[in-house]
Order: sequence, then C-alpha cells, then structure tokens
Amino acid sequence: MVLRTRLFNETFEFADLKQLLARANEEKSGDIQAGIAAENASERMAAKHVLAEVPLSALYENPVVPYEQDEVTRIIQDGVNQAIYNSVKQWTVGGLREWLLADTTTGDMIKHVSRGLTAEMIASVTKLMSNLDLMIAARKIRIVAHCANTIGLEGTLASRNQPNHPTDSVEGIRAEVFEGLSFGSGDSVIGINPVDDSLSSVTQLLEMTCDVIQRWEIPTQNCVLAHVTTQVDAISRGAPCGLVFQSIAGSEAANRSFGIDKQMIDEAYEAAQKYCVTPGPNYMYFETGQGSALSADAHHGADQLVLEARAYGFGKRYNPYQVNTVVGFIGPEYLMDAVQITRAGLEDHFMGKLTGVPMGCDACYTNHARATQNDIENLAVLLAAAGCNYFMGVPLGDDPMLSYQCTSFNDAASLRQLLRLRPLPEFEAWLEKIGLMEDGVLTAAAGDASFFLQR
Amino acid sequence: MMDNEIQDIINAVLDEIRKQQRDRAQRGERQPQEKSRIAQQTPQDVPAQPQPQSGEPQPPPLSQPSPRRGQPSGGVQPSPRRGQPSGGVQPSGGGDELIIDLEDPATSEARTRPGVDNPYDPDGLRNLMAATTARIGVGRAGPRPRTAALLRFQADHGVTQDAIYSEVDQEVLDRCKLFTVQSQVEDRGTYLLRPDLGRRLSPEARSLIERQCTAKPQVQIVVGDGLSAAAINNNLESILPVIMQGLASAGIAVGTPFFVRFCRVGIINEINDIIGAEVVILLIGERPGLGVADALSAYMGYQPARGKTDGDRDAFCMITDNGGTNPLEAGAYIVEQARKYLKHRASGMELRMKMAREDGKGGMNDGHS
Repeated sequence: MVLRTRLFNETFEFADLKQLLARANEEKSGDIQAGIAAENASERMAAKHVLAEVPLSALYENPVVPYEQDEVTRIIQDGVNQAIYNSVKQWTVGGLREWLLADTTTGDMIKHVSRGLTAEMIASVTKLMSNLDLMIAARKIRIVAHCANTIGLEGTLASRNQPNHPTDSVEGIRAEVFEGLSFGSGDSVIGINPVDDSLSSVTQLLEMTCDVIQRWEIPTQNCVLAHVTTQVDAISRGAPCGLVFQSIAGSEAANRSFGIDKQMIDEAYEAAQKYCVTPGPNYMYFETGQGSALSADAHHGADQLVLEARAYGFGKRYNPYQVNTVVGFIGPEYLMDAVQITRAGLEDHFMGKLTGVPMGCDACYTNHARATQNDIENLAVLLAAAGCNYFMGVPLGDDPMLSYQCTSFNDAASLRQLLRLRPLPEFEAWLEKIGLMEDGVLTAAAGDASFFLQR
Repeated sequence: MMDNEIQDIINAVLDEIRKQQRDRAQRGERQPQEKSRIAQQTPQDVPAQPQPQSGEPQPPPLSQPSPRRGQPSGGVQPSPRRGQPSGGVQPSGGGDELIIDLEDPATSEARTRPGVDNPYDPDGLRNLMAATTARIGVGRAGPRPRTAALLRFQADHGVTQDAIYSEVDQEVLDRCKLFTVQSQVEDRGTYLLRPDLGRRLSPEARSLIERQCTAKPQVQIVVGDGLSAAAINNNLESILPVIMQGLASAGIAVGTPFFVRFCRVGIINEINDIIGAEVVILLIGERPGLGVADALSAYMGYQPARGKTDGDRDAFCMITDNGGTNPLEAGAYIVEQARKYLKHRASGMELRMKMAREDGKGGMNDGHS
C-alpha cells in the first residue's frame, strides 16, 4: 500500500492506514501524548489530502485493531450488511463526505448506508469534515428510541436529570431530582452516578427514584450508573430499574479496563429485557469519551477519534435507548482546551448518529482544562442546533460528586426556548398536566423544587 | 417583497440601537445606578409581582440585587455620583459618593439563601436545600440563573482555577514522617498533559524506595499530590493516623509510607513491583470540584503489578470535610476494605465476584450497607 502526496512541494508518505488516520486527526492533546499526532499542520493536511482518496474497502479490510485480536473489531465487522457494503465499497472517503452533505441525501438514506459502514470509515469521514459539516450531516440523522417514552424525535430536546450527591444521600438526591423536574429536566432519564457501588446502595437509589416516578406518574425511566454487574445483581433481586448503564470503549482491552467484555454486556442486555420495569424495547444506556482507551493503555497505536467511533459500533449491538459522550470529562491530557472539547463534542455526536445510536452529549469540562462554562454553553447550542437528543441537567451545571461542570437544568430550558425545541412528547404532556409548562414555556410555578412536596 | 419588509425591520432596529447608543453616550459611560435599574426592570421582568407605587423603597422582587432595608453593611448604598451629568437618574439618599461594601457571597449562609420568589413551600424548600451541597433552590431569571447564583458559580470556578497550581505543604509531609519521591514528570504543566509520565517512577525514586521501604508488608500506604495539594494539606493528618492505627490494631503489618510528587494513580503498579505488598492504598488529591478544592481519593488494590488496571482496583472518592465523607470515617472504611482484600485475596472486579459467589452459598453478607 502506498499512501503518499506532495503538498506545497514537500512529499509526505504514510506507513499504513492507522498512521494515516492518526495524522489526519484534528489536533488533540491525547494523540500528541500517544506520540501519533501529525508533526505539524502541513503533515496533518497532507494526511487529510490522502485520506480523501482512500476507498472505503481499504478501511474495511484494515481495521485499526486486527479482527483476530479484538472482539470490538469482530462485533463491528460481523455486523456489517454485506449487500450495502458492496454497494458503497468503491466510494472514497472524500466522496462519502459529499454524499452525506448533499441536499438530495436524506436521513433515511444515511441510516441505510450506515449499516454497510465500519467505525474506521465513520472516523475517516469525520476527519475530513469541518465543524459546520458535522452539524449539517448530523442534523439529518434522527435516531429514535423508546423506553418509557420516546427519545430522538425531530423538534425535541431531552435532559438527563443527574442528581448526584457526594455521599449518595437519598434525601439530597431526591431534592435535586425535584429541582430538575421543576425545570423540565428528567425526560431522558433520572440517572444517578453513585459514590458507593454496593448492591444495597444501588438498590436504595433505584427504589427512591422509582417511588418519585410512580408517585408523580412521570413518563420517564430511572437508572443508577454503578458497574453493570451491580445493576444486574440489583434488578435480578427485584430492584425497580428503567435503564441499565455501562461505560464502554473502543477496544477489547479498554473495555477490560472498565471491568467489562462482550459476554458481560450480552448478559446485562438479556437481564435488562427480563427485569427492567419499563416497556422498552430499548433498555441500555452507554457513556463513552475520546481518550478512554489511551488512558487504559489499550489504544493499539490508534488515534482517539477512531477508537471513539468503535465504541459506538460496540454499543449499537445492544440497541441502546441513549448513548452520550462525556466529552470534556477526561481532562486536558486528552482534550486540552475549549477548542478541542468543542470539536470532539461535534465529532462524537455526528459519529454516534452515523453509526446509528441515539446520541446525546455530556457537554462538560474539568477544572484543570482551559475551558469555562461559557464554552460549554456554546457547545450545547451548536449540538442542539445539530439535532442532539439530550444533554445532562445538573444543578447550575456544578456536579458536586463527579467534580466537573456540565450543562444545567437552566440550560435545558434555555436551549428549548432559544431553538424552539420541546421536551419529549410524553414528558411535555406530563409537565402540562401538572402545571409546570404551557405551550412549551415554563409556567410561574416552574423552577421551584418545593412544588414536588405536595404529593 | 418579503426581503424588503425584513430589511425595513432591520433598519428600524439598527436606528433604535444607534439612538440608544447616542443617548447613552450623552449620559456618560456609566449605567443608571442600582435602585433605579431595578425600578426600570421590574415591570418587564416580573410582571406577576405588583410594585408599590409610593412610599419607602421596598425589597426588590428579585432577591438581593440591592440592599435590604435594615441591612447593617454589606449592601449597596445607592447615592448620586460626583460628576454625573444632570440628565442621569438621581437615586435617593443623601450621600455624595457611591459606596459598595459587600458581604462575602461565598459563605455558607449566603449559599443557603433561597432564590425562588414565591415557593410553594418555603420551609420545605429550605429543607430540600439543606439536604445537598448541590446548587438547588436558586430560582431563575427566565430560563437563566439569577444574578447572585451566576456570579457565585463563576467566583467558585475562579478560586478553583487559582488552587490547581499550588504545592503540598512540606510541613504536613514532615509531621506525617513521609519521605518524598517524584514521578518522571518535571513540572506542573507537563503533569497536566502527560499522565503516562506521572505513572512512572524516576530512577532516583526507584532506588530511594528500595532503600527506605520495608519489603513485602501486608499493606503499603502511598500518598500522592494528584490534582489537589489542598486535599493532602487539609486531610492527610486526619486520615493517615486512623488508617495506620486501624490496621495495626487489626494485627496487620504496615510498610513504610511515603509521598509521590506529580503522582498518577497507575504508579502504584510500578511501586508495588519494588515493594511486593499484598495491599496498596494510595491517598491522592482529586481534581478539584467547583469550590471544593480539597477532596481526597483512596485507590486500593490487591497485589498491584504491571498490567493491572482500574478494574482491578477500588476507589473511594470525595473524602473531605467540605461536603464529602469526613476523613476519619473514610479512614475506618479503608481499613475495613483492606481487611476484606486480605481475607479474600482479591480486589476490584475479582473481589466482587468472589464475594458474590460466597454470598450465593449463603456464607456472608455485604459488609457496607
């Protein structure tokens, strides 16, 4: 294989597709840390120039981690529809970009072709796309899923009510749930990241959130984001649960660092169908994020974008209700500043949608990254305009347990108002019924947690 | 023709903006002062709240954008400003100059003041707010946060930013009798961008550990700065004695504790390749949360070694007196966890599976309910 170009009279040559993909990536501190990023802007552009001419078949035949070595590769390759793949395998990456953006290409057409694509193809075309390209293309793709309600519909924006508490206090978490609900947050899920991963604690939080949902007849689902084995243990003993969660990554070794593998998630998926109290049929919730494989030293020399695309390919196997990248959580050693976090957020959302998973985003940053709340508000507006399914809702964007900042309950209401988006339809009907929303606007009673003390 | 209509509207808006800019320039740089600004905003922003038409200034409808009556100090005292053009709004009050002398908005008293105008259940709202350190009960300005809540958030972020680059106090390390080694990181900037180097010991560190530490203890304790020196400065002297004494009274042999500068969690694998302990406990500064810059984490593993990952370890986070688990309680939990490791000869996922198996046999109960 020869991968070579001249650019401004200089010759650039790339050893293999994996190296070409890494050099063609937008600048990320994680790729620099891994020693695989382009040396400079010229090399990056030369790599993109070459990548645009690569046929999809070459990417299919050269996954960044070999089929024999990695179950994530096997899941993705085995899931490809061969008839569809055969109809597009001669396309170049540059050609795929233009096809995605063409006015004649609809969301349904993209979803069809998507079944013939692998993560390497999806990551490759992403590398050739500008931020607005990513928004225009993602905007076309609506991936709709159903659990207790319907997520992903055109014109809707959901919000995960994320009522984390530094010591898992049931009262504290319930208070935050009330605050979020009073702002119209909680249609994607009422989902808690627990400090204590024990069975008793997880069960207790599932019971409390289920009690709130039942008492107020809320069309939504609950979830406690403990390790998947703890959740399965809890639900098989009768704990009331709406969605089963797990963090996932783009290589078998990276998944192992999360303490999971394909067999374990297969079993969790089965358990969810058997024990979840919600109608489904989509029962799984996954979180991802660029850099997770590298942080576990499980990146196999591949760049963080292509590994992220592979995580979506892994997640798709389980027909999830929702998937989100936790884009700025990992820290500046992978995404250095607001520019890189913004870029990654747009990339991840697009790649998830193109893979075919219902994609949201935890637009967030940590305190040691060069970013502020303004940057995250910007990213949320861009993503909401690009058709993102949901964001996190945290009291004023400050998560007191995970020690990071993301979008707030206020932001959910603000984005809906700004871009004329609505909560999920079942949830909006509920908000209207109890008097917190009217014609898509919060009423005077909204924004008051004590509203929920009346039942 | 639609285009013409739109253009007309745009022109009208632009004219209005220019007019306002001219007017503002004529009035001078500064905006009208506090009290009058509230008076202007009231009818538009809070139509539901009728304002008294006469009499003394009333508490404003938006909580605390201006002084409350009877507030001793720490409020804003509206008064005319020297040199203000005669066309400007003259606020009441007899003084000659503007005095702004504020109370600290970061006190816990200020933080727990509800921001909801007419809550359904005022006492209930206070109780909800008291149940969590999360920023609830803050109310709203349209869909956006109230001014005080917004500025407090930004202040907390500012303080946290300032804290990130601080260093662990040598006196704390001395009092805890810890010697210091360093990872392969040379400075704080590199530390943030190169976690791989923070997981490796420098050659000097390796030889110092070999010389100073007791080999093959049952439990080895390591302290690392991580992303918060304040976590070590504020908590180490509380938690370390609890762990040391707790382990000793359980008859467990503890090795020689030491401090790692520019430390990442994964470094315990390399450390234990040298020491060969059964259990390693790493106490390390967490990346600071907003306004909580001193949270400590404990990472623990059974026989950490090269190739072991997060799945082989357990983490206990948010050890702090500022809204987390207090260090004394956390220390006791860590001792208990170490005993469990020694008993089951496992940690992380493996421990969970072993305990589940024994649980299935009806052998033991989940210890930390």
